[in-house]
Amino acid sequence: MQDPPLTVPPVPTPGQADPPGAHRRKGAVEGSATWSLSDRVGLAICWAFGLLFCAIAVAIVVYLLVQGIKFLRPEMLWTPAAAGFDETETGGFSDALFGTMIVALMGIAIALPTGIAIAVWLVEYGRPTALARVTESTIEAIAGIPSIVLALFGTVIFSSSALGFLSRTSEGVVFGRSFFAAGAMLSLVALPLIVASVREGLNSIPRHVREASYAVGKTKAATTRRILLPTCRPQVATGAMLGLGRIIGDTAIIVVLLGATQNFAPVEGVGFPLDYLRGAGTTLTNFVYEASPTGNLNQPQKAYAAAFVLLLMVLALNAAVDVVHRRARKAGTWSH
Amino acid sequence: MEPLTAPPPIRRLRLEDPEPATEVTATEQRTFTAARRSIKAPQFSIRRMEIDEVSVHYGDKEAVKRVSLPVRQGEVLALIGPSGCGKTTLLRSLNRLTELTSAARLTGRIRLDDVDITEIEPTLLRRRVTMVFQQPNPFPMSVFDNIAYVLREQGSRRARKKTLEPKVHSALDRAGLFEEVKDNLDHPALKLSGGQQQRLCIARALAAEPEVLLLDEPCSALDPKSTQVIEDLIVKLRDDVAVVIVTHNLQQAYRIADHVAFMYLGDLVEYNSATALFGSPREQRTREYVSGAFG
Repeated sequence: MQDPPLTVPPVPTPGQADPPGAHRRKGAVEGSATWSLSDRVGLAICWAFGLLFCAIAVAIVVYLLVQGIKFLRPEMLWTPAAAGFDETETGGFSDALFGTMIVALMGIAIALPTGIAIAVWLVEYGRPTALARVTESTIEAIAGIPSIVLALFGTVIFSSSALGFLSRTSEGVVFGRSFFAAGAMLSLVALPLIVASVREGLNSIPRHVREASYAVGKTKAATTRRILLPTCRPQVATGAMLGLGRIIGDTAIIVVLLGATQNFAPVEGVGFPLDYLRGAGTTLTNFVYEASPTGNLNQPQKAYAAAFVLLLMVLALNAAVDVVHRRARKAGTWSH
Repeated sequence: MEPLTAPPPIRRLRLEDPEPATEVTATEQRTFTAARRSIKAPQFSIRRMEIDEVSVHYGDKEAVKRVSLPVRQGEVLALIGPSGCGKTTLLRSLNRLTELTSAARLTGRIRLDDVDITEIEPTLLRRRVTMVFQQPNPFPMSVFDNIAYVLREQGSRRARKKTLEPKVHSALDRAGLFEEVKDNLDHPALKLSGGQQQRLCIARALAAEPEVLLLDEPCSALDPKSTQVIEDLIVKLRDDVAVVIVTHNLQQAYRIADHVAFMYLGDLVEYNSATALFGSPREQRTREYVSGAFG
């Protein structure tokens, strides 16, 4: 009797091993034909909800796009609002547009360095542990506080006589409403998003990468500045853009802390640019609110035009986040 | 008769001609070449580090138990043993990296050129005793900047590219990488192949001009071909720096090490020349381990 031929299964060598998932078609999904009826119904419901939300988002964008294009006149972007009896006399919303940019810059200028510092401290140091825990919960709490509550708290702080130099003062009474006040409070809205994003970035760097830097004699500070933060650039950018989105979309803090005027109200007798920053003003969100049928101005056409500009800004930020992430993915990373 | 469905078990090591269990002196000619890389016996050996009765505790757990070992320039020292035997902990205590990441407590003395390492500033010590890790971990910057980062002062960006160039080139050259990357020094280091990345990490560790080079399983994430390139490199480096390598791979230890220390559950079971330790182990546990009885 002859021995059957030896059948030895091929042994994969480490170098030639296929990457995981190499055999699967890209994007292939397990067929649901064999599933039970209830599972298939569940899947259909998931699909339906997904489509429903897409439809809602598309509806908002398309509706505002149509209305915006219909009512937006380029000169609105550089004409300040004016008093008048109908929409042809009331000018544009240039002050609101600039106001949005100012609060966005001020808010992010405060929130970005603070947020990065907190995230670095939490991830890289985190001692004493109790303090780190408290900081974490505090930031989560701030993220959960409605911005109208932050705004009320802001009026208390910025109306104090010690902070009178940040807004208008008249006969010892502090007005407490200014770009400084609104910018500072809006930075609190952006802060949790920045901290969360930078923390995620730092946590995604394997420990051995830090150790590689320590192991050539670098200090923790040098490692953080030259290795960790540059590596986190995409997450820093993401956090900053999400934060900006929240800032330019906020209304409550603007109404309460910026004065809800429709024009800049610079403080007299103070040099530029402090006179504007200490004065009251407006932003696009406030303008949309006031110009909507419920607001004082009641000029819905301009509300649509301003809302359209606001939407474009937010969409641009979202697109920028996408670009940053795609670029980061291309740069390569470590195996864990 | 049933057809064989699995390859026959591979014996870890088969030595044809075991040597007697004697300490092989540095100058003695080796005739024993079975699976060994055709490397010459060390030309000289200088004692650089001295591990003296070192124990490392993690809380109640004793990870390393009263280990004494010499680390010599001109030789490759391999630490072998099963997972969790304390070899990586011992390696990391040589440049005081254990202090940074855990609550490890070290007793005993480690001396570098007759100076207790606890008396050397940690950042200075870590430039004299550099380390390469299991996973290739170049920094996310260009090949050039990976080396330049080591050469620059703490966090400074000041040093000019021109003044650093010769040193960067020589570090890459010593790691056998320069010819492959000389036209792409500005390319991102994370785009190199795994083997190239690991050699870049070795170049980075060499750029600090260390006296001792620690390697923590440097080939375990690499394919056989890259492994061979790195093994050749390690043997080439042993005359310039004292090399300590932790490895899971017994064949690797046998191929490149001059001396081998076998650790088990924190104990140093046996320390001997590679040929003696693999050829005719003195201890029962060593014999079982090198013959593949456990691991």
